[in-house]
Amino acid sequence: MKWFWFRLLFPLFLLSACTPVDLDAALPSFETNIDPNTWAQVPAGDFYFGQYNTVENTPAFEIMITDVTTRQYADFLNAALRSNSIKLNEDEITGYYPGDSFSGKKHEERIDAGEWLYIPLNDPAQHILFDGTFFSPKQGYEDHPMTLVTWFGARGYCEYYGFRLPTEKEWEKAARGTDTRAFPWGDEILRSNANFYASRDPFEDMKTFGSRTTPVGFFNGTTYPNGYVTLDSRSPYGLFDMAGNVWQWTANVYEGMHYRFLRGGSKDTYEMDLRIFVRNNATPTYYSPGVGFRCVK
Amino acid sequence: MKFIKARLDYLFSSTKGLVLVAIAMIAITSAIWGMLSGPLAEMGIREVVIKALGMDMVPAEREGRIIILYHAIAMAVVAIETYLINGLLKINPLYKTVINGLITVGYLATMVFGLGFAYFGHNWAFHGLYIAGLTLIFAAGVLLVIALWPWNKEVRQPNKEYARTKSGLDLERVAFFATAVTTVISALFGAIPGSFFGNGFEVFLAENIIRFPEKTTMEYSIIGHLHIMLALIAVMITLIIGRWLNFKGTLHKIAMPLMILGTIILNLGVWGVVTPLEPIAHMVIYVGATPSMLAALLLLIWSWRMLIQSGTQNIVQPTILQKLKALVEDPLKFGPTWQMLFMNFSTSGLGIFMAVKLDEIFRVWPAREERIELTGHWHALSLVIATIILMYYGDISGLKGKVRQLFGWAIIFFSDLALAGITFFEMKRLFVEEAQQQPLVNGLMLAVDTGLAFLLILLATLMVWRLIDLFRKKGRWFEEKGQELDREVLS
Repeated sequence: MKWFWFRLLFPLFLLSACTPVDLDAALPSFETNIDPNTWAQVPAGDFYFGQYNTVENTPAFEIMITDVTTRQYADFLNAALRSNSIKLNEDEITGYYPGDSFSGKKHEERIDAGEWLYIPLNDPAQHILFDGTFFSPKQGYEDHPMTLVTWFGARGYCEYYGFRLPTEKEWEKAARGTDTRAFPWGDEILRSNANFYASRDPFEDMKTFGSRTTPVGFFNGTTYPNGYVTLDSRSPYGLFDMAGNVWQWTANVYEGMHYRFLRGGSKDTYEMDLRIFVRNNATPTYYSPGVGFRCVK
Repeated sequence: MKFIKARLDYLFSSTKGLVLVAIAMIAITSAIWGMLSGPLAEMGIREVVIKALGMDMVPAEREGRIIILYHAIAMAVVAIETYLINGLLKINPLYKTVINGLITVGYLATMVFGLGFAYFGHNWAFHGLYIAGLTLIFAAGVLLVIALWPWNKEVRQPNKEYARTKSGLDLERVAFFATAVTTVISALFGAIPGSFFGNGFEVFLAENIIRFPEKTTMEYSIIGHLHIMLALIAVMITLIIGRWLNFKGTLHKIAMPLMILGTIILNLGVWGVVTPLEPIAHMVIYVGATPSMLAALLLLIWSWRMLIQSGTQNIVQPTILQKLKALVEDPLKFGPTWQMLFMNFSTSGLGIFMAVKLDEIFRVWPAREERIELTGHWHALSLVIATIILMYYGDISGLKGKVRQLFGWAIIFFSDLALAGITFFEMKRLFVEEAQQQPLVNGLMLAVDTGLAFLLILLATLMVWRLIDLFRKKGRWFEEKGQELDREVLS
């Protein structure tokens, strides 16, 4: 009899794994009072870089205190389309990239000069809507990080405004300051510090759609009206979300590799990937609901 | 006092006692450390365990902890294999005593002091003892190589049913010897860069540097070391299972030379990664892996035929169903080779599939996703090896009747459930868009966790039974004290 129930329930359980995810599931709304148009000053000087804390140096630069939001990216697309800086090709937005030098190293792929994908418009997880003439952010996601954006799309945004993507060194210095901390706020991580996999923030439901992005600057020490408590998780220079929420594209193009590096961990990774020195990488045409960016100048 | 002495005598001087202690140590380690990651961490149990045990886990030092944890468990597995070899093969009694003594002290020191150093504050005396433990295991390995020397007259193979040369050189023993020699040499490929990186307090996991086009010789050495050590543990357990089942006949005569050849070429390929031959090293590895896997396939064919023949010997013309029934009648004898076959789905098959889809997968997916495949496939292979050891242990523990059936089939079912789940988990991007994966992930993880949880429960039950048995005046332990594995080889 026990085996009967097992045989009956086990396939049913497996079938339940095929349930489609509701990508339009209701999204909670919270006011973070963080302005994504704010920039932080990072002074010139030495800092500890990487897992082994080697001393490195950067000149002074400014960096956005949050990831680029969906609203900001929609504004960029509208402006860039008007100025013919981007192209609309059926279900995707593309833009020009001058190409990488190719050294023919193992697994290296050519990135030639030409039109490259910025964002797909037909992906059901895309938070940018296009009505044929105008781009707009999906309702509720206006202040969430821009996702499903390729490295070319991230670079294109920054360059359009005269900014650029941060180098890995700049990114790490902005996240870490001048000490050897593992996370932007210190050496330990709690669930109320950042958005990571199964961090139990109000935007996730691991039983159905899983982890979702949080609005930029969500983990700022505020206790939200629903009682959800966040810790002030700014980096020493006042940057938000330098750990978790979305991986962030960085600028470096290394000889012999077509891969571009991502930093910071995301809503889809465990705490270990949120450590400042952790590096991820992907082909520059990769896009994901867990990948975004911010700019420096 | 006499009570304790008798039990300690069994646990630390008999083959079955030594294997039991090592399995118990792995079971305890798996039970505790398994709560620090995966679903139990998500549930918040990780924090409870850390607090309850007073662990000190600095986030920045995770890589170092993981490496010590891997070594702690792996050394106990190497010790088990060594005990089994010493119990199954003709070994000089003095060597046997010294090797077992050294490796026991070695793996216990590695485990206790390694984990003590890594997870309970950094007491550097513990680190020294951890290194001392690894050194003792290395010394035991060198002695095992000497003890296995196949050209001694006393260990010639007189029986023509087994693989041998005209002069009587036992080719199965040569295969054991080749595996032991290459294991000892391959250990150096971890020890030397381990000292190099450890000297500067630098530590890395191989899966995190896999995409860098330029790697240093020391980094290549680490990558080679971790691959070959697991492969050699797998080769050794295949040889052990073959000996236990009394692998012989024509297929044995073909399999043993293949195993020797495969092991040597495989190692040459892996060692080649630190030489200018690195660009062709992978090709050499594939060339070496092929005869090794073919030898394992021959063992499988032989053992299944043997199980069918012995199970149907009283039937004049057995039907297919009767043959099938005979094949699966004893899960503990059928299971080890079945797991080897299943491994081709969960480990080798997946690896080949990924290699074929290189342009769609590795060159597109993010590195963190590639890491899942990499860590997933060697965890899967480790699980396969562990289940094979457990099935052999179930047999030498004297499990009979319904308990034997339940134990054997539970291991096969739950481990294969977990392995299938993790295999599909690794490939999930091929079936479902990233944003739509959560229900699939939940379903697969439930399958994986159910499989692993039941395996651990099974292991815990076995250990509790053996613990209770130790309190009996003349329990199984008393019988096992005088038993040796070579006398339990199937006739």
